[in-house]
Amino acid sequence: MAITGVLRPGHVALRVLDLDAAVKHYTEVLGLFETARDAKGRVFLKAWDEADHHSVVLREAEEAGMDYMGWRVDSDATLRKLAVDLKKSGLATDMSWVAAEEHPATGERFRFTLPTGHVMELYAHKDILGCLNGYENPDPWPDGLHGMAPSRFDHCLLYGDDLDGTVKLFREVLGFCLAEQVVAGPEKLIIAAFLSCSNKAHDVAFIRQPMKNKFHHASFQLDNWNEVLRAADIISKKRVSLDLGPTRHGLTRGQTIYFFDPSGNRNEVFAGGYIYYPDKPTITWTDDQLGPAIFYHDRKLNEAFLSVVT
Amino acid sequence: MPRIHIENCGESFVCAATQNVLRGMECLGRKGIPVGCRGGGCGVCKVRVLRGQYRTERMSRACVSAEEQQQGYALACRLYADEGDLHLQVVGKMQRALQPSAGARAGTLEN
Repeated sequence: MAITGVLRPGHVALRVLDLDAAVKHYTEVLGLFETARDAKGRVFLKAWDEADHHSVVLREAEEAGMDYMGWRVDSDATLRKLAVDLKKSGLATDMSWVAAEEHPATGERFRFTLPTGHVMELYAHKDILGCLNGYENPDPWPDGLHGMAPSRFDHCLLYGDDLDGTVKLFREVLGFCLAEQVVAGPEKLIIAAFLSCSNKAHDVAFIRQPMKNKFHHASFQLDNWNEVLRAADIISKKRVSLDLGPTRHGLTRGQTIYFFDPSGNRNEVFAGGYIYYPDKPTITWTDDQLGPAIFYHDRKLNEAFLSVVT
Repeated sequence: MPRIHIENCGESFVCAATQNVLRGMECLGRKGIPVGCRGGGCGVCKVRVLRGQYRTERMSRACVSAEEQQQGYALACRLYADEGDLHLQVVGKMQRALQPSAGARAGTLEN
């Protein structure tokens, strides 16, 4: 196995103000499939092409935002090793083991908090429900898709204060690479970091801002630009709160559209980007070119995109 | 139809009782209340109702505490004029991440 250690973002757990409205959004607008509900009232969902039991968890709460993000690692041995490494690093806090089956169909998870205040988990097992088109002589896509129908949960963008600490933890403890960065001023302070543990341009990204533990968006992958345009049609048809797009990012080259779930948590669907390898030089954007770095076509910053978080 | 008065800037617009105040403003292309998620989650459209009868839908407690809600604070995207006009004071604002450095501000970044 060429990709080892941390394999991919495996789940994102979101707080929503109205569970029924959220489930309707994530199934009918976004187009995920509900796979389970538990005794705590949480709803578990997955995208059509994902094998694992769930990739999105919704919990009704008094505040919107992200509870935590989970990462699939390649083996139980890696899970144990990374837990030890995190404890030794001095970078992670609030570390604990979450029992197997606390999430349905999921093994034991190691939970910790990043220097930016976000809660992360590592786990080595989740039951495979399988993608909807199967693994033997499959069709390219299954029948019965609705909404935007992304193939998978792809990444999150998170806002927090101690960006340096979080980037150090991902790179030095978890083995991530810095695919792209935004630097500010003559001192080249890193103000945004796009981190990859795989062949993707980012598996998670962070932006420096004063408050801890803020959620900017959870992103889901579409196949192509036409699907992004179709997502825009669905946003209007279903009266979804549009943030912006469709457009292209300079950063990661993604073709993208942003919108909000009914509790104000931002979602992205995107296509494109590039294949990342660990020996690819880091792409650097300077803060005098933030406009095209974020929105390549109109080359202007968008106040709401930079300010609105949950 | 109820009229919404934004005291900070003197703007006012009509808004059906069935439509939230933020949507009412956006529909008419009016300005004055910052527009964020439109879902009661981000808090940038926070206002204080100074006068008028209103009702609200669920808002993130991270943005409006129970005490603030008692004092008339609300998110405009969850706020409805119940009967008659509303007079509002805008308290929410955009607090931007990625503040450009002084050097960049002097250079090509215009915002």
